[in-house]
Amino acid sequence: MRLTVNGTSRSYDGDPAQPLLWYLRDELALTGTKFGCGIAACGACTVHVDGQAIQSCVTPMSAIAGKHVTTIEGLSVAGDHPVQKAWADANVPQCGYCQSGQMMAAAALLKQTPKPTEADIDRAMSLVICRCGTYTRIREAIVAAAGGR
Amino acid sequence: MTTPHDLERREFLKRLAAGGLVIAVGASGVRRLEAMPAFFAAGDPFQPSVHLHIGEDGLVTIVCHRSEMGQGVRTALCMVMGDELEADWTTIRLEQAIGDPKYGSQNTDGSSSIRGTEYPRLRLAGAAARTMLEQAAAAEWGVPATDVAARNGAVVHVASGRSLPFGQLVSRARLFPVPAAPKLKDASQFRFIGKEVAGLDLHDILTGRAVFGQDAKMPGMKVAVILHPPVYGASVATVDASAALKVKGVERVITLATTPIPSGFQPLGGVAVVASSTWAALQGRRALKVTWTASPNDAHDSVAYRAALQASSRAPGRLVRKQGDVAAALSSAAKKVTAEYYAPHLAQAPMEPPAAVALVTGDTCVCWACTQDPQSARNEVAAALKVPKENVTCHVTLLGGAFGRKSKPDYVVEAALLSREMKAPVKVVWTREDDLQNGFPHTVAFQHLEGSLDATGKVTAWLHRVASPSINTTFAPGVTDLSDGELALGILDLPYAIPNVQAESCKAAAHTRIGWFRSVSNVPHAFAISSFVDELAHAAGRDPRDFILELLGPDRIVDMTKVGAVKPVDNYGDTWEAHPLDTARYRKVVELVTMEAGWGKKLPKGEGLGLAVHRSFLTYVAVVVHAKVGANGEIAIPRVDIAMDCGFVVHPERVRSQAEGAVIMGLSNAMTSELSFKRGRVVQSNFNDYRVLRMSAAPRALHVHLAPSGGLPGGVGEPGVPPVAPALANAIYAATGKRHRSLPLGKA
Repeated sequence: MRLTVNGTSRSYDGDPAQPLLWYLRDELALTGTKFGCGIAACGACTVHVDGQAIQSCVTPMSAIAGKHVTTIEGLSVAGDHPVQKAWADANVPQCGYCQSGQMMAAAALLKQTPKPTEADIDRAMSLVICRCGTYTRIREAIVAAAGGR
Repeated sequence: MTTPHDLERREFLKRLAAGGLVIAVGASGVRRLEAMPAFFAAGDPFQPSVHLHIGEDGLVTIVCHRSEMGQGVRTALCMVMGDELEADWTTIRLEQAIGDPKYGSQNTDGSSSIRGTEYPRLRLAGAAARTMLEQAAAAEWGVPATDVAARNGAVVHVASGRSLPFGQLVSRARLFPVPAAPKLKDASQFRFIGKEVAGLDLHDILTGRAVFGQDAKMPGMKVAVILHPPVYGASVATVDASAALKVKGVERVITLATTPIPSGFQPLGGVAVVASSTWAALQGRRALKVTWTASPNDAHDSVAYRAALQASSRAPGRLVRKQGDVAAALSSAAKKVTAEYYAPHLAQAPMEPPAAVALVTGDTCVCWACTQDPQSARNEVAAALKVPKENVTCHVTLLGGAFGRKSKPDYVVEAALLSREMKAPVKVVWTREDDLQNGFPHTVAFQHLEGSLDATGKVTAWLHRVASPSINTTFAPGVTDLSDGELALGILDLPYAIPNVQAESCKAAAHTRIGWFRSVSNVPHAFAISSFVDELAHAAGRDPRDFILELLGPDRIVDMTKVGAVKPVDNYGDTWEAHPLDTARYRKVVELVTMEAGWGKKLPKGEGLGLAVHRSFLTYVAVVVHAKVGANGEIAIPRVDIAMDCGFVVHPERVRSQAEGAVIMGLSNAMTSELSFKRGRVVQSNFNDYRVLRMSAAPRALHVHLAPSGGLPGGVGEPGVPPVAPALANAIYAATGKRHRSLPLGKA
């Protein structure tokens, strides 16, 4: 099968049941996508597949054939996606481990809903756990990335 | 502003070998070293923890001997040393230290990297080097040292404006004696300390390039996952690995020995599946068929255990504090209040489950790990491999959260043991299930409190009994109840002006490993204490804020030798002289947080404000939670205010972020999280049933109010957590009249 990862075309002939997460981390060394739970309960592994935020830890490679995958490494060339800039301005990360997933979830949200309401933010972002507790700054950064309120 | 970045290790060692000015600071003062870092024998009073190097190329290298887990220590060390040095920020490089006693204590726990004596040491290193560079420039120009000043990476002759960069002064500066007490900068001259400085690792985190333990790799590396014994103390009885070995990519199945109880930092044992990829290892583990030996903890059940702790706390325990005559005061009181509180086991559950890579070659080992304490990791690996610890090199990655879990290096030892077997580098990956079910849970506590009020509503007696298994049970046999150190986390240091106070530590056996959790026993103790104060306030018919202020009594330093403690009371490893228990500082954070939160304002039905104040890690924190309770009992939190007096603030942005994070973790502890046991096994398995706070439940508004009183810095990472849960319970009482005495709230 073929797929595209961060703009590069790839071929894959491994176990079709392998989750995308481990393909990205172990085979492509794209370790910005994180392992947190393995059951789509924490969102640390969130990436975009054809522009949609998905949990790569439960998405088998068989479901990715012909699709376009974007990881945190491919969100922008220079780390200057509006979400990344807003994250920097608000100093969102603490340990940083969940923040790839947080930013990928936020970027997908803003693409679909450029002016999200509080409820929109809650719905999209409650899929991604932050144990350091950066939620209030994440909310602030999303509002800023959306151009303020 | 460009930020300091990590040096490649080889470049670092090469640059240090090339000379330069090396300054180190230890407990007994400051010294210049010929090379960095040097080892000082155990008997030598000079045990440096702070190392600073200025090269002839002008680059400044700061060694970070502590682990970064989001608290900002890597940035803060650069801020303090760089500021006193008058360094050009863009020339500062950071070297993350390997685990080695030559760096002083590297245990990143107890909120201790900046607080107390560390901050002055960091300043001393920078100031000593700056003074020597200034002397070198003055000698170069033949002018008095008072005519020159270091500014942003160079020394300037003030009158003429001539300047020489640090790099050109280094070889001459080495010839001057190291000043024992160099002049420190005036606070008005600070350029980094107390200012907003972007985190060193921010850009790497935002672009997915930051390397955590789970991301570490070595060429030719295998990946292992381990099926750990489901019950503490059990070991492998039989293994059927046939199906596991058929999984494509699985290379070997290896049985690991179980460390007998108490197992300390050593691994639990179990069955490891080693494979060419993580997915193969996970699939292989799923295919294992393993039976386990019996364990003395097979019958452990959290419901029965809670009842046992309750019974224990209802009988007298080991007397640890006795002031006045509590029994007499209670029996003669106008009003007596009794209440019991329960706080369950918690899992640290850092978003990054534990992970480590190790390569054993002959009798040496190199490992990379997300560890809070690379010295412990090194010692434990050496002990398990039976090699001298000098043969073990432990590198520290970034930590994807830790909260105490990563103080215990069992997973590093596992990687080393498996690498020895495989004769190849092995990465051990813990899954979330491993993390929750085979970790080092936070203690569980049942507490029995009795208090009395006189006819005017003044508190006349306070009895506090706690039954809670000690962390020490993980390390030594025969531990029956909390240690004096754990009791000093809220109970022995209760500051209130109550004439009769008694505290007792009741028996509590452990049936699991017990470990540190962010702010440790302060979590259950503060929940009971600050809830009970609120209960007494309501029993007295008083406003809780006014009641707390009255209970604190007149502003004073509490003489800890006169509180009736049976043994001297620990003060987070520091002295009471340097960091006294100061009731004025409690009062000020209470006044600040209640003013900011609008204490006393009219709220709609079903809403209320709750207040709690607690001192831990030398820092004073007061919290007001605004809770809104719906018709079906659902709890929303529109707003939290937290006021913190941590003495002196080095890195205000990180202090605020730590306070924000502490509120979220405190609310998780209070509202959602519980680790429980049935048939000796942890019931919860992942974030679907070990619930933590998510965005939708987080407070809509979270306001941090820093109220630094100056002097030495207190701790920052932990002290925000303890007052959060009781402030929430008190808010719910204010909103509904329902008292929650058992965590998580809303459950039984």
